Amino acid sequence: MTTVVPQSSASSDPKPSRPWRSTTVDKGESVAIFLGAILSSYLVVLWTPMKGKLAYVAIFFLAYLILDFLLAFIKKGRSAGVDSVFKALATSAMVLVLMPIISILSSVWIRGHKGLHFTLFTKDMHSAAATDPVIQGGLLHAIIGTVLLVIFALVLSVPIGILTALYLTEIRGRFTRPIRFLVQAMSGVPSIVAGLFILAVLVYPVTKAYNGIQGSLALAILMIPTVARTAEEVLRLIPNELREAGVALGGTQWRTVAMVVIPAARSGLMTAVILGIARIAGETAPIVLLTGGGDSVNGNMFSGSMGSLPFYIWKGFTAGTDESVTRAWAGTLVLLVMVLVLFALARYLGNRKVGK
Amino acid sequence: MSTAVIPPKRELSTTPRRSDRIFRGVVTSGGLSSLVILGLIFLFLLIQGFSTLRSQGIHFLTGSEWNAVTDANNVVVLKASHFGIAAMLVGTLVCAVIAVVVGVPIAVFSALYLVFYAPSAVKRIMVTIIDLMSAFPSILFGLWGFFILDPSAEYWAKLLHKYLGFIPIFQMPTPFFTRSPFVAGLVLAIMIIPIVTSVTREVFSQTPLDRMQAAYALGATRWGAIRAVAFPYARNGIVGGAMLGLGRAMGETVAVYTVLNIVYQINWHILLGAGGNIASMILLKFGEAGPTEVRALMAAGLVLFVVTLAVNTLADLIVNRTGRKQNV
Repeated sequence: MTTVVPQSSASSDPKPSRPWRSTTVDKGESVAIFLGAILSSYLVVLWTPMKGKLAYVAIFFLAYLILDFLLAFIKKGRSAGVDSVFKALATSAMVLVLMPIISILSSVWIRGHKGLHFTLFTKDMHSAAATDPVIQGGLLHAIIGTVLLVIFALVLSVPIGILTALYLTEIRGRFTRPIRFLVQAMSGVPSIVAGLFILAVLVYPVTKAYNGIQGSLALAILMIPTVARTAEEVLRLIPNELREAGVALGGTQWRTVAMVVIPAARSGLMTAVILGIARIAGETAPIVLLTGGGDSVNGNMFSGSMGSLPFYIWKGFTAGTDESVTRAWAGTLVLLVMVLVLFALARYLGNRKVGK
Repeated sequence: MSTAVIPPKRELSTTPRRSDRIFRGVVTSGGLSSLVILGLIFLFLLIQGFSTLRSQGIHFLTGSEWNAVTDANNVVVLKASHFGIAAMLVGTLVCAVIAVVVGVPIAVFSALYLVFYAPSAVKRIMVTIIDLMSAFPSILFGLWGFFILDPSAEYWAKLLHKYLGFIPIFQMPTPFFTRSPFVAGLVLAIMIIPIVTSVTREVFSQTPLDRMQAAYALGATRWGAIRAVAFPYARNGIVGGAMLGLGRAMGETVAVYTVLNIVYQINWHILLGAGGNIASMILLKFGEAGPTEVRALMAAGLVLFVVTLAVNTLADLIVNRTGRKQNV
């Protein structure tokens, strides 16, 4: 007999090995490289004329790359070394993307919370000058203005956006490709051009004055592509069986779309609308061209200059005094919280299952 | 014997009912609205800007002077005035190119990280954060760039000038490092990172899985597989994403206005605190412009519209070619 059957393997199950899992040694090595890079950046800054935060970060980064490469090179050879370098590069790119986001969010909070006070939401700016203490005045007019501008833009752009999406998914006619292309092109129109367009169509020939509705029109132009593209993606997720079932029950296309497809896509369409709002709520350039940015509460969209959050921030920044800049940061904080809430809402609705 | 009764043929018609015809008509006209809006934008900016374009001719694109000459009655004389946007065209290009050069590599590598390296929990969080970043208002980037980034970037600019000053674009006629195109370009880079990342992420995630696995089976490392399979497959998508970012960066108004020290001159020295772009120039001049000058601004807006539309169209064409050619 030549074959040897090991007896023990049948009785005790061998533990499945997981070669892709990192072992304790691997983890130890990566911690060691990390610490080594920190140590070398500290030493280099200590002993050479290079100083400052930038030097720490740059040397840490270089040292990490080199140590990581050397370890992989010695253990597994050249291609493993190159592999580890690029893994480190990709990871650090991600960190580089995160750094400005963290910096932006933290600076908005640090500088903005000083400008927060209770009357901020009950008063407007008509009796407060740029140099008055921050406690005076508020942004009631700006919040009301932004809400009005957004609502009117919504009324104008959501039907068009959803009709476009319906054309792209339900009709699928001759113009499908050119329209998809044009919607894409429209999403790249600079916001100032939308403002200039309304200026050329409406303000100079017709109204010759600032008012809110002009701002809403410009915002609607910017909002249509966002709504159309998101809604198209949502409608495409609706299973075709639902449409076929609707037609099989004798429904016309109109009834099928209105009674089956759109109700099924409702929460997704809400997401599209909310993302559109988030896109335009902070839009500044057309607002500055068209709405006038009044300092007192104005509930009439069709006459009188209209304040809004972006314009409030803009005014605070351009006035340039300490108080007005603090007001601008506080306004930014309020605007950012608004956008964050909308975004979270869109995520929540978008993550629910289609059809509920 | 039984006689089979053949029922009369049922009427079958494929012509839609009236309700469907109305429905299709309404939806189609809604769908065509994007064409109508883009056409109207072009038409109205052309109508308003035409007088300027005609009186200035090619100088509108090549001249770099912007002064409105007024007569005794304070009316602008179009013939004597000079409206040329060359300086701002150059500025637009300089800022946008800096944004692309800085932003696109970061965006592409972070997309690589998200698709090929990140654990799925990290990936979900990061994708949400990057999507969120694309919803940040541009004035927020402007404020942040002016108050937070500019002081640090001034120091980086001085380092660049000190060690790389022999390269023409890093030279400085006068040592004035704040609010330069360099800083504006960095802010724009941060602003275009979300869109470039999401386009390239989409393209990378469409890499055929079987080919990636084939590369691994042949013994490739992860980077080896990415270089041999993912990059050739995604090349068009990356180029298109970069161009999409370029288009966004060229049209940005408020962030550039806030960060950049707008000076009406052609400036190739990216570290010098003087520059501008068309969009921010329109916003700056609009406040004090009379009717004739506003017409000139409309013409500038038309140029901006056409240029960004061309860049975006090209980008779109390139992105959509990705994956069409299967045998790379």
